[in-house]
Amino acid sequence: MRETAAAGQGVVDGRAPSGDHFIEADRITMRYTTRRSSTLALDNVTLSVAPKEFVALVGQSGCGKTTMLRILAGLIRPTEGTIRIGGQHLWHGSRRDEQTLRMLGLVFQDANLFPWYTVEDNIGLPLRLRGASKREWRTRAGELSELVQLAGFERSYPRELSGGMRQRVAIARAMSYNPEILLMDEPFGALDALTRDRMNLELQSITAATGATVAFVTHSITEAVFLADRVVLLTPRPGRIRSITPAKFERPRTLELQSDPAFQDTVRELRRQLYEDEGQDR
Amino acid sequence: MSSESQPAPRGKGRASGAELLRGKLLPWISTPVLLVLVVAVWKLVIAAFDISPYVLPQPEEVVGGMVEVVQSQGFMGHLWVTLTETLIGFAIALVLGVGMGAVLGRILWLERALRPLIVASQVVPKVALVPLFIVWFGFGMTSKIVIVAILAFFPIMLNSLLGVRSVEPGQRDVMRSLNAGRWATFWRLEYHSTLPYVFAGMEIGIVFAIIGAVVGEYLGGNQGLGYLIVVSLNALNAQQLFAVIVILTLLGFALFLAVVALKRLFIPWHESVIGVDESTT
Repeated sequence: MRETAAAGQGVVDGRAPSGDHFIEADRITMRYTTRRSSTLALDNVTLSVAPKEFVALVGQSGCGKTTMLRILAGLIRPTEGTIRIGGQHLWHGSRRDEQTLRMLGLVFQDANLFPWYTVEDNIGLPLRLRGASKREWRTRAGELSELVQLAGFERSYPRELSGGMRQRVAIARAMSYNPEILLMDEPFGALDALTRDRMNLELQSITAATGATVAFVTHSITEAVFLADRVVLLTPRPGRIRSITPAKFERPRTLELQSDPAFQDTVRELRRQLYEDEGQDR
Repeated sequence: MSSESQPAPRGKGRASGAELLRGKLLPWISTPVLLVLVVAVWKLVIAAFDISPYVLPQPEEVVGGMVEVVQSQGFMGHLWVTLTETLIGFAIALVLGVGMGAVLGRILWLERALRPLIVASQVVPKVALVPLFIVWFGFGMTSKIVIVAILAFFPIMLNSLLGVRSVEPGQRDVMRSLNAGRWATFWRLEYHSTLPYVFAGMEIGIVFAIIGAVVGEYLGGNQGLGYLIVVSLNALNAQQLFAVIVILTLLGFALFLAVVALKRLFIPWHESVIGVDESTT
C-alpha cells in the first residue's frame, strides 16, 4: 500500500498518481467576499481524478468540500485557478463550456426532484432539455429505473417515495445522458444508516457498470474509504488538502470489508488526522 | 414510514375504517350536522329572546324569501351584473397581479424602489376609496369592476411575487448544471413552483372580489345583489335581506370552489391539493 502523503508543511499535490488526468483542478482558490468580511474557503487546492477513478473528499463541515465540488461542477467560478475536464477548460471567461458540462452528472444531498413531475419525467428531464424525442427519453428513463431498482415506480410522484428512493431517482437523472463523470455532494447524507449501506453498495455496482469517474463529497470517513480509490482529506478554513490516502481494496467490495483490519487502520488514521485538525480529543 | 424497500408502486395504501371515516366520509357527515346545528341555534335564539321577524326571521321564512327573490322579476339581471363585475374585475386582477408579481419578484431593485408605494396601497382601506371610484367612473359597472380589480389584485400580486422568489435553490442548481436556458428554466421549473402561490393568491382574491362588487353596489347604481340588499334594507324587508345574503354566500362558495377546481386541474401534485386524507398517513 502506498504511503499516506502527509501535509505537515507546504502544499499537498492532489493529482492522480497514475499521471493520467481526467478532471484537473489546478491551484483552486475560492474567496467569498461580502461587504463586511472576506472568507477564504479554498486555498490553492490542486486535485485531479484519473479516468474511472473514484475520489472521495472528506473533512469537517465548513472545510470547503462542497465548495470544491460545486467548482468542479461549474456551479461557481473559482476566484483563482483553472478547471479542465478531459483537457478542456470548463470556463471561458464568465461562460461555461457547453460540451464539457455535458460530461458532468450531479447528485446533491437533497434529491432536488421536481415534485410536479413523475419519476419518469424527472429522470428524463436532462434528455428533454436536449430535445430528445418522447420515445427516446421514456425508453432511457425505463432503463435507468431498472438500474436504480425503481422499476414499477415510473409513474409515481416524488412525494410517494422514501428518501432513499428519491435519491436513487436523482442518481438516475444524473446518469440519463451518460455523463463520463459523476459529481456527488453528500448524496446519502440524509439517509438512515441501513439505507446508506445499501446505497453505497448500489452506487458501487452502478459505477462499475457504467465505468464512471466519480468525485464524491462526504463527512463519513467510513463511507469515503469504503467507496473510494483515493480519499482526499481537507483542512477547515481555509480548505487545503491535508492528506491523500489511497484505499486500494479489492472490488467489488462488500460490507464485510468494513471489519477488515487494514480497512479499519485506514479509517482510524484518517479519523486521527481529522480530530487533530479540530484540536480536540475524540 | 421509513422502511426503504417496502412501499408498493403507486399504492394509495389500504385505509382502515377509522382513517376512511376521518378522511373521505367526514365532510359528508359533518357538513349536514353543522347545518342542522346552525338552524337549530337560530330557531332557539328567536324563541328564547322572542325576536321580532323584522330583526331575525325564521330560517324557513328565509328559504321562502329566497324562492321569492329568485323568482322575482329582475333578479337574474342583478345576479348577472354582480357576477360579471366580479369575474371581469378578478380576471383583470389576475393578469395584472401575476404579471406585476413576476416582474417585481425578479427585479429586486424595482421592488425595493416601489416598496413604499406597495405598502401604502396595501395599508389604505381600499373600501374607503369606493366613493372616489364612483365619482371617477360613474354609477355603472365600470366603477365596480375597478373596485373588484383593485381588491383582488393585491393578494394575487403579493403571492405571485413570493412565488417567484421561492424557487428552491437546489432545483435551480439542477437546471444550471444541465445548462438549461432561460425559457426552459421558466417552463420546467419557475412556472411550476410559482403556480401554487398564484392559486393561494387567487383563493383570497376571489373572496375579496365579491366583497368589492357588493360594496360598490351599496354605494352607487341601481343594479346588482348589493343594490338589492340596500333596497331590502330601505323597505325594512328582513326576510328578503337575509335571502339575498344567503344567495351572496352561495355565489361566493361557487366562485371559490371554481378556483379550487382550477387548482386541482393545474397543480394536482401540490400538497394543498393532495389534502389531509393522504398527507397525514
